[in-house]
Parts: sequence; structure tokens; C-alpha cells
Amino acid sequence: MTMDRKIYTIESNAPVAPQVYRMVLHAEDAPEERCGRFVEVEIPGKFLRRPISVSMSEPGRLTLLYKVVGGGTAALAAMEPGSGLDLLTGLGNGFDTLACRKSALLIGGGIGAAPLHQLCRDLRSEGKRVTAILGFNTASEILLREEMEALGATVHVATADGSCGIRGLVTDALRETRPDYDYYYVCGPMPMMKALYPVLPDCGEFSLEERMGCGTGLCFGCTVQTTAGPRRICHDGPVFKKNMLPW
Amino acid sequence: MVRDTSVNLAGIRLKNPVVPASGTFGLGPEMAAYYDLGRLGAIALKGTTLEPRFGNPTPRIAECTGGLLNAVGLQNPGIDVLTGETAPKIRALCDTPLIANISGFSVEEYGICCEKADRCPEIDIIEVNISCPNVHNGGMAFGTDPEAAAAVARRARKATGKPLFIKLSPNVSDIVPIARACEDEGADGITLINTLPGMRIDIRRRKPVLANRTGGFSGPALFPVALRFVNQAASACHIPIMGCGGVSSAEEVIEMMMAGATAVQVGSANLKNPFACPEIIDALPSVMEELGIEKLEDIIGIV
Ligand SMILES: Cc1cc2nc3c(=O)[nH]c(=O)nc-3n(C[C@H](O)[C@H](O)[C@H](O)COP(=O)(O)OP(=O)(O)OC[C@H]3O[C@@H](n4cnc5c(N)ncnc54)[C@H](O)[C@@H]3O)c2cc1C
Ligand SMILES: Cc1cc2nc3c(=O)[nH]c(=O)nc-3n(C[C@H](O)[C@H](O)[C@H](O)COP(=O)(O)O)c2cc1C
Ligand code: FES
Repeated sequence: MTMDRKIYTIESNAPVAPQVYRMVLHAEDAPEERCGRFVEVEIPGKFLRRPISVSMSEPGRLTLLYKVVGGGTAALAAMEPGSGLDLLTGLGNGFDTLACRKSALLIGGGIGAAPLHQLCRDLRSEGKRVTAILGFNTASEILLREEMEALGATVHVATADGSCGIRGLVTDALRETRPDYDYYYVCGPMPMMKALYPVLPDCGEFSLEERMGCGTGLCFGCTVQTTAGPRRICHDGPVFKKNMLPW
Repeated sequence: MVRDTSVNLAGIRLKNPVVPASGTFGLGPEMAAYYDLGRLGAIALKGTTLEPRFGNPTPRIAECTGGLLNAVGLQNPGIDVLTGETAPKIRALCDTPLIANISGFSVEEYGICCEKADRCPEIDIIEVNISCPNVHNGGMAFGTDPEAAAAVARRARKATGKPLFIKLSPNVSDIVPIARACEDEGADGITLINTLPGMRIDIRRRKPVLANRTGGFSGPALFPVALRFVNQAASACHIPIMGCGGVSSAEEVIEMMMAGATAVQVGSANLKNPFACPEIIDALPSVMEELGIEKLEDIIGIV
């Protein structure tokens, strides 16, 4: 971790899909974040900060993609451009782009696709081929498809109701498209990750999520059992190699 | 004028009264990457048990107005890792007094842990936690009955000559007989308070938010409750008190000391702001100046 605390200014904060917002944040001297890391956002009226993945970053600028699921994210959605936001940045280990030699498979489900955007950019800038399988409930909820295609990735979409792309789940899309890859990256809801776990080989990693207290390793709220013993997702993850997960 | 923030805690000189509370400061070394741990008054280490514990299933954390519920359930690698690895690792980083926070499921287990902590040269103070609401058949059961509290204090006293604090639970109708029982058994001090048991329900899922159903409430909303407990115990006992509960500013540190605390633990504030402790320490001299306090020790228990 290379935690820092900074006040960012909200540049924009607008819906991109039902209940999903894209927030662009600016801070003059902020360094680029490593892909797969997360920030802890202070939210007016809430005691605990909320963890949100970095969806995209460049020096001085951060983009978050978040879904309104409760009071904290609803308050975040109501914030106006121009206001300040207190952030802890640089949290977590991030994705290991170097583990991929030539071609990567990215699998995201719902809002879990968020951190795959910068991962896609970073892998492409390292000259690697990228195939993405993104799963959603329905066509209107699709996220990041065009953005990833614009980066030169091949994107397969699966929707549970069949309204776009392959009908079914990401596991169905994986079976149908048989993508070629030497390393994969997964981020999404726990049931999706557990369904993927037995059908994927060892050469890959999963980004996990748990309700967090601090996000900085202090409270032991976010513990997960691994093959190496209990680990704090915020401190030792959120990304874990497949062979660390005793599922 | 130089403001003297140091305090004498049961014979140990602390640079200042600010102590990160057990369970809210990782294993101890984590924040060394971000600030000098030597600036802290002391460090209360993560609660330890004899054997390693995974703790409770997740979710372990629930947000509340003015704080949070936690049901971590004493996840820890066991006392041998604490004394053999963690404490030496922190000692290599700073000379700040270290407080071992000990939990158990029987009087004997408390005793054995205290003996191990006593033999660890890096541990300066032993804080026996008889007030954890998140484990079953242990913890809080010892802290809600004067005789059970006395039995733990007696066994712990036999185990160590180091300064011994007993951390008490607020879940009692009268704290005075429990605090006095600990003092009578030779405890050198009292820590007050641990968390208050609480519960939240996810009304959409119609289920408790916490996998453990219930948890311990901590955070700013606890402050007035903690302050009154500290004040009551300070009036009834002659041993020093570490005040704890809802503190997140230098002003609250001073208020807690006026109520009777010699040192003040800062818990949940670290979770919201990992720089809470050094920020409070930095603010102390100017608040002392504003209030006309030259020496922080002068205000202990003046109210
Ligand atoms: C490392 C990490 C990265 C994350 N990245 C993103 C992201 O990029 N975009 C995004 O939209 N969300 C992300 N989340 C989830 C996000 O933190 C939660 O949705 C948010 O904290 C909910 O806050 P709330 O106050 O709106 O909801 P609450 O009122 O606290 O809870 C409402 C509902 O949200 C669920 N929830 C609460 N906290 C979490 C959590 N930490 N993880 C999963 N579900 C939770 C609860 O089960 C509950 O049903 C991430 C979580 C983690 C741990
Ligand atoms: C996540 C968490 C873990 C805790 N773990 C312990 C523990 O292991 N031992 C202990 O004596 N108290 C533990 N506590 C209680 C705190 O040390 C403190 O007594 C309580 O939180 C009240 O102070 P606060 O309001 O400043 O947080 C824990 C509290 C929290 C929030
Ligand atoms: S959320 Fe506090 S340790 Fe991970």
C-alpha cells in the first residue's frame, strides 16, 4: 500500500446506466493510481468511508464508477461538480499486469467491471491482447463495452435476459466464445466468482470484496480465509491469485 | 511556553496521553509506513488469545449513526506470535510503550497469556480485556460480575509484575463494585470502556447486517457514555484510568482527562482517519494554550 489522504474536486458526476454513476475527480498533484487499487471516500453524514475501485486514472485525475445501493452511495450520487471529496487513495495491491505474457482474459460482472477499464488500458499499453467477457442483467445496464473496444479489446457481452449479446451468465459466454489467453483477471459479485473458480485454470487472479470498516488494515473487518491463512482484503488484496483461494 | 503533554501511567512515563485502542490499529506496525509510531503515547495492541483465532464470519462491520458495530470476534494469530514476532517488530521501529491486550475463555487462559506477556521484554503494560461482546462463553461474561472480574484480576496479578490494567465493560448496572474488585486484587489501573452490544437489520433482506447477528457499538456517539463511566470509576478508585470511547479530537482527550483519565485511547477514529492519533497529538499544545493548561497532568480528575 502507498496510502495518501487528499481532497479531490468533483469534475463531473453523472448517471451512465440505471443507478450507476461515473464520477471524475481532480487533484493537482495526485499521481496515477495502479490499476485494481481502490479509494476510501468520506461521505457527508456517514461515519465510515466507502470503498470504491479506481476505474481509470491518470496523473491528477481519477474516475470512479459506482452503483447506488444504499445511503452512502446515494449521498455520493447527490454531490455536485465543484465540491470537494476527502479520499484515501493508493489502497490495496492492484492487478498484476506483468503476470500476463501475451494475451489476457478479463471477466467482469455488473459494477465489478469498473476496475477492468484501467486494467484493459494498462495491458494494451504493455502491448498485450485483451479479450473481455462482461456480464449484466439486461442491455440497459451494460458498462464499459465501448470504452474497452476503443482500447482495442475484443468484448463479449452476456445478459441474463438475453436482451444483448449472449443469453446467460459469464460462464455461458466463456463456454461459447472459448477465448485464447495465458492469464485472466476476474472481478464481480461473489456468486459469479465462485461459479468461475472451478472452470478456470490456475493462471489468474480474482478481485474480492467485503464490507469494510477502515480499508487500511486497521480493523480486521474484511478478513477472508486463504490457503496461507486469514488475510485482510484491504491490506493484502483485494486481488488474490487463484491458488490463494481455498474455494 | 512549552506545554507539558506527558503523563505518568502507573509508573510509566508517556510522552502524551494518546493511545490507539486495541483492535483499531491493526497488529501494530501497519501505520509505521505513514508516521513515526514513536510519536504515540503508547500503543494498545490487537486483542490476543492463547490460540490463533479466525474470528467471526463476515460481514463483521455495520455502519450506524455516530459510529459502527463490529463483530470481528478477536481474530488474532495467538499470543506466541504477538510476543515472538509482532512486539519485537514494533519495538525495532520505536520505543513507545506497548500494551498487550489479553482475552480468554477461562480464568486459567487469561493467566497463561499474562505469564507469556510478562516474559516478553517488549511488552510494558498488560491490559486484560474482560469486556469483549463478540465471543461466546468468554470475554464479557467476566466483566459483568464483580466476583468473576476479581478472579481474573487475581490470576493475572499472580502472573505478572508489570503494570496491569483491567478493561471493563459498560454493560453493567453499576461499574463501581467491579472497578473496586479489580483494585482490591491489585490491578494497577482500569481501562473504560469497551463497546456496547448492538444490532442492525438490513430491512430489504430482512436479515441482521452482521453475520454474528450482534456486535459492539463504538464511535463518537459513545463519548458521553464513556466519559460518565470514567468519571464514576475515577471517583471510586485510587488507581489510574485509561479513558476510551468515542474520542476523536484533542478537546475530547482533555475532557476525558478532566473526568479522571490519565491516558486516553482513540479507537474508531482511526478507522475513519488513519492519521487521527498524530493529528490529535499535534493539536494538543494549542488547545492546552487556549484553555490555560501548562501541564496536562494537572487536569486529571478535576471534575
Ligand atoms: C475493494 C472494494 C471495491 C469496491 N469498488 C466498487 C466500485 O468500483 N463501484 C461500486 O459501485 N461499488 C464498489 N464497492 C462496493 C461499495 O463499497 C458498496 O456498494 C458501498 O460501500 C455501499 O455503501 P452504501 O452506504 O451505499 O450502502 P449500505 O447502506 O452500507 O449497504 C447497502 C447494501 O450494499 C451492500 N454493501 C455494503 N457495503 C458493501 C461492500 N463493501 N461490498 C459489497 N456490498 C456492500 C450491503 O450488503 C447492502 O445490501 C467496492 C467494495 C470494495 C470492498
Ligand atoms: C474493529 C474493532 C475491534 C476491536 N477489538 C478489540 C480488542 O481486540 N480488544 C479490546 O479490548 N477492545 C477492542 N475493541 C474496542 C476498542 O478498543 C474500544 O474500547 C471501543 O471501540 C471504544 O472506543 P472508540 O469509540 O474510540 O472506538 C475493538 C473495537 C473495534 C471498533
Ligand atoms: S476493512 Fe479494516 S482491515 Fe480491512
